Amino acid sequence: MTFETKDLVVRYPGTASPVLDGVTMTVPEGALYAVLGPNGSGKSTLLKALMGVIPVAAGSALVGGRPASSWKRREMARAVGAVAQSETLTFPLTVRELVAMGRYAHQGALSAESPHDRRAIDAALEACDVTELAERDATTLSGGELQRVRIARALAQEPSALVLDEPTASLDIRHEMAILELLEHSARRGITVLLITHGLDLAARYADRMLLLDRGRVAAEGAPGKVLDARTLSDVYGWPVAVTDDHVTGVPRVIPLGRTTGSRTPVPPS
Amino acid sequence: MRRAALALALGALLVLSIVLGVRFGSVHLTTAEALAALTGGGSRVSRMIVLDLRLPRTLLGALVGGGLALAGATFQALLRNPLAEPYILGISGGASVGAVLVLALGLATVGSWMLPVAAFAGALLAIALVFRVASASGRGMDVRVLLLAGVVVAAFFSACIAFILSISEARTVQSAVLWIMGSLAGADWQSVTLAAAYTLPAGLLLLALARPLNLMAIGEETASYLGADVRRVKLVAFAVASLITAAGVAVAGVIGFVGLVVPHAVRLLTGTDHRALLPLSFLAGAVFLSLADLAARLVLAPAETPVGVITAFVGVPIFLVLLRRSLAR
Repeated sequence: MTFETKDLVVRYPGTASPVLDGVTMTVPEGALYAVLGPNGSGKSTLLKALMGVIPVAAGSALVGGRPASSWKRREMARAVGAVAQSETLTFPLTVRELVAMGRYAHQGALSAESPHDRRAIDAALEACDVTELAERDATTLSGGELQRVRIARALAQEPSALVLDEPTASLDIRHEMAILELLEHSARRGITVLLITHGLDLAARYADRMLLLDRGRVAAEGAPGKVLDARTLSDVYGWPVAVTDDHVTGVPRVIPLGRTTGSRTPVPPS
Repeated sequence: MRRAALALALGALLVLSIVLGVRFGSVHLTTAEALAALTGGGSRVSRMIVLDLRLPRTLLGALVGGGLALAGATFQALLRNPLAEPYILGISGGASVGAVLVLALGLATVGSWMLPVAAFAGALLAIALVFRVASASGRGMDVRVLLLAGVVVAAFFSACIAFILSISEARTVQSAVLWIMGSLAGADWQSVTLAAAYTLPAGLLLLALARPLNLMAIGEETASYLGADVRRVKLVAFAVASLITAAGVAVAGVIGFVGLVVPHAVRLLTGTDHRALLPLSFLAGAVFLSLADLAARLVLAPAETPVGVITAFVGVPIFLVLLRRSLAR
């Protein structure tokens, strides 16, 4: 499964400037692709445009070579598992019931859970290390547990691509790393992964390619070593940063600097 | 397993409440007399009381109660809010404006379909207004905004009804007021047929939407990613639930809180899977309103209490508990 946009423009009704303004990017089959950028730079909008849930004003958003809006919802759900930024659970549901919803697009209106459905659900629970939680009420889960359950639901869709909007926000390092390793493992099995994240360093370690958005435009696109450039990042984030090679992992590492002398962080040489 | 047991228990309770509804009333009949009348025996008077008054009334209560509970459960899934309910959302109010208008203009004689159709139009108008007001705030489906919108819209409809009644004849006013309070006293076989003709097919349609409603209950964005056609589901489910509400209002007036109390109780017992929640809410709503109507007949016997008063007395405390909980989150 591939994702591709060409000069994509997306506007929200009643706003003067477009949220996405001429974005061109390509996510190759089986890649782990990170989308980076400051708050409000259009990352989530890009995801929604690729999932075909918001209208494209100009340009194109293609999923598997076809315009995202031409996919039927069930068809899309069988091909792409998406995890939105947040989800509020109002009513009590068990973890298993929540993950079983991933099978919706594979089932008929009245058919019961097939053995294949059950296997997919069990495998997804297992992959996300939430099998023990299966009978728990999902409204009582911690943030990290709920995130893993939501990813399990996307995996239960048995998709050829995963699309995730900040899945590791507010997670501790153990849960964050567990999710990144899971995504890396999925990518190695040929599942294309598109990951929106604020974690520049971890994106540098896990992503094959990345896209840096700046107020709806592409600031940089390509391999992590190319995108994570100190000057580009400083411009885009509006904050001075330095980029070094991490001696443990050997990949670029982004260090936010200080802006005032005398603070605990070094300031850039003027 | 547990769901099957609950369905059986509710089915048995429903039969029991129908029997009780036929057995008890302002005229004293013994169980033997009531049963004899049910099977076509007994005296002419007891046959008339049982077959022409009590049986249609009890069946109407079951249909309207089941329908209101089903509509409540549907609105709750669509709005992701356990407080959503036809009465609270002002939908019953909208339906009653349509119905009062038909009564006041004397259009009810045109055909028995006039009242439910006008009530349905009023219900749809109410939904559109509540959504307009709620989304104008820019905070979408915030509980507080939605409830406030429901209150405002309901107030507007009360004013409309007051205006229509103020320029109507005394006879219309009396029948309209009784009916606004919610009562099954006017039940006959015609109203039973009408309620069944709207509620049962609409209920089946909602049952067919149980799976997408499961997805809608966890959020529209996620629901579409999981494969639900959100726009279509919303459109159909809102229209069908409004139709059920309108049919209930047309035959029994405004009966509040059934759609709130019943799905809440059923959810506590079986969880949120709408494939179980919807049919069980229908059964439980049927039992609830049949018993509430029995209470309405017996509490101040031989005088009648409007059944809407009984459901409100039960529903308001539960509403307040739920409101506290959802505002605490």
